[in-house]
Amino acid sequence: MTLYTALFYLLGALIVASTGVAVTRRNLVHAVVYLILSFFGTSLLFYLLGAPLLAALWVIIYAGAIMVLFLFIIMMTRADAQAGPLFPPGQWIPAAVLGLLYLVVGSLMVLAVPETGAELRPAVAAPRNFALHLFETHWLSVEIVSVLLLVALMGALYLGRRRETDVSGEEP
Amino acid sequence: MIVPFGHLLILAGILFVIGLFCALARRSLIMILLGVEIMLNAAAIAFVGGSLHWHDMEGQTIVLFIAAVAATEVSVGLAMIVHVFRKTGSFDPVLFDLLK
Repeated sequence: MTLYTALFYLLGALIVASTGVAVTRRNLVHAVVYLILSFFGTSLLFYLLGAPLLAALWVIIYAGAIMVLFLFIIMMTRADAQAGPLFPPGQWIPAAVLGLLYLVVGSLMVLAVPETGAELRPAVAAPRNFALHLFETHWLSVEIVSVLLLVALMGALYLGRRRETDVSGEEP
Repeated sequence: MIVPFGHLLILAGILFVIGLFCALARRSLIMILLGVEIMLNAAAIAFVGGSLHWHDMEGQTIVLFIAAVAATEVSVGLAMIVHVFRKTGSFDPVLFDLLK
């Protein structure tokens, strides 16, 4: 077992454990903080799999921007802790059964296909090569994504604005 | 060598199922959105693994776009959650059943 192999299994266990803890927290802030741990683990996994630029972006975008946005919203709204059972039995039993079934079927499929037994060999996509590839072959997609982000910004502004009429109870 | 490609896919599958369970079983809009985030994260792991397996950078390119789509989805989703919270005073999706 090489160092890479040991690191992979260690990171995998860490990611699954912190995600599992996050899903079962009652306190939303704790859940988000555990998920930040999970995304740090994912970023290290990306580095191990030869994607250093994506590893950096994952820390900045996922663990940084997205999770901080969640924290802001949770602190802004200040909802009370959820009363009652964390997982209503009518909801979690079907979800767990379906999820486990999908996991078993998927694992069997993965293990049955011979190509998935091939070993991954370490290789690194240098950020320079990756950026050149991105902007030479996918420049149109980059532009479309920028338009998508602009539309999302406008949508979030529209949904998030505070209507004065809501306070007085009159429709405009 | 690192590991067999299949083990990476199974790790991504486990994470995806955890996210699916979170989105289906939790009764809080924030946790549902977090579940979707976990699922997108799992998909990204599978794509990066495929990129290494076939020595092709397309997989990493798609992961970049996944990050952009995740950011979009979170910003619009959280704006909708804040809207719902102002209407009902709670994150419980059961209380918000009118698209008004």
